[in-house]
Amino acid sequence: MPEDGHDQDRDDHGHHGSELSDVELRVRALETVLTEKGYVDPAALDRIVETFETRVGPHIGAAAVARAWVDSAFRAALLADASKAIADAGIAAHPGDHLIAVENTPFLHNIVVCTLCSCYPWAVLGLPPVWYKSFAYRSRTVKEPRRVLAEFGVRLPETTEVRVWDSTAETRYLVLPMRPANTEGWDAERLATLVTRDSMVGAGLPMQPAALS
Amino acid sequence: MNGVHDMGGMDGFGTVEPETHEPVFHAPWEGRVMAMTRAVGRLREWNIDIGRYWIELLPPAVYLDSSYYERWLTRLENLLRARDLVSKAELAAGHAAGPGPPVKGRVLAPADVDGGLTSAPFDRPAPAPARFKIGDRVRARNIHPRTHTRLPRYVRGHVGVVERMHGCHVFPDAVVASGAEDPQWLYTVTFEGGALWGPDAEPGLRISVDAFEPYLEAA
Repeated sequence: MPEDGHDQDRDDHGHHGSELSDVELRVRALETVLTEKGYVDPAALDRIVETFETRVGPHIGAAAVARAWVDSAFRAALLADASKAIADAGIAAHPGDHLIAVENTPFLHNIVVCTLCSCYPWAVLGLPPVWYKSFAYRSRTVKEPRRVLAEFGVRLPETTEVRVWDSTAETRYLVLPMRPANTEGWDAERLATLVTRDSMVGAGLPMQPAALS
Repeated sequence: MNGVHDMGGMDGFGTVEPETHEPVFHAPWEGRVMAMTRAVGRLREWNIDIGRYWIELLPPAVYLDSSYYERWLTRLENLLRARDLVSKAELAAGHAAGPGPPVKGRVLAPADVDGGLTSAPFDRPAPAPARFKIGDRVRARNIHPRTHTRLPRYVRGHVGVVERMHGCHVFPDAVVASGAEDPQWLYTVTFEGGALWGPDAEPGLRISVDAFEPYLEAA
């Protein structure tokens, strides 16, 4: 589908030869014009791309979640002010302002969406995946989150309330999932390997220890 | 505006299809568009609210038929042209015809990227006391602004409860309509599933939006 963000058939056919697709030609033209006018520095563009491909990603959020699982003072600080807690702990220098952590319990499952665009806590999770930006996720999550979760393979007990956070302002939400069972004695670094990106959006659950082996 | 971007509660878009081992960008041009959008943002010729509005201004058929970064590309071209920073002829030629006009901000340097890409905070000193407090019942007003708003249609007219307060933030509606920040109190307002979706609601569901004070009235 075109809306899924990677319509290779239409955009990338040019990679098979030297011919560029229409969209690639537009992007190249725009970058050249902006560079010639002195509005962008291509080296800065390289650096931004590199930042999101290698430095800013879900490992930041995973470190915060794992720390909260082993450190109750950090957990309290995270739930009180996630931006401050993550910066103070040195997990990320720039976790973004107005970051709010919401905690799952056996009776409450949080899930985050942006129905109006694609708001996402990218400073701690990286850029959003295509599914988060998809029309299906944006339209359905506020109305039928259990069906959406089922498409991620998550089936919650009927006794678990589903709590949907629609990110309609500059507040950003990070789900603090429940610590998996059978992880007694694990340190934060090892626990972080269980924390998936989707579990911090609320569209998934952390991995079980058995899944690592 | 009551645009196609306001998707909450719509049916017909199919299933959600997570991709395993998804790359950050599916083609190099996507990264260039993302990076150009961020770099041009530092020129301070428009802010994030205006940027969102210009995505919303895409004709519905274009919006729905474009990929995410195609929408970003078209938005960037459109805004640059609207602000006379680049011309249609230059985009067609793929080269600048001359220097562009001066800009309010500055050109993003590689070292700036390492200093953090997060934007400046959006909270502001409160110009007036908050009208509502945590626990108050509030109704999302039945408003249909013709320009930018962050109050989704699916909550308008419905009653919820103030769950959190976030201080005063820049008011996106005002930024787009008049250029003023007009800071407003921002609340997380939570609705019961049944209040929004009636008998079609899933059991045990609550939904919140972050709503600026002008979106709300006492209920």
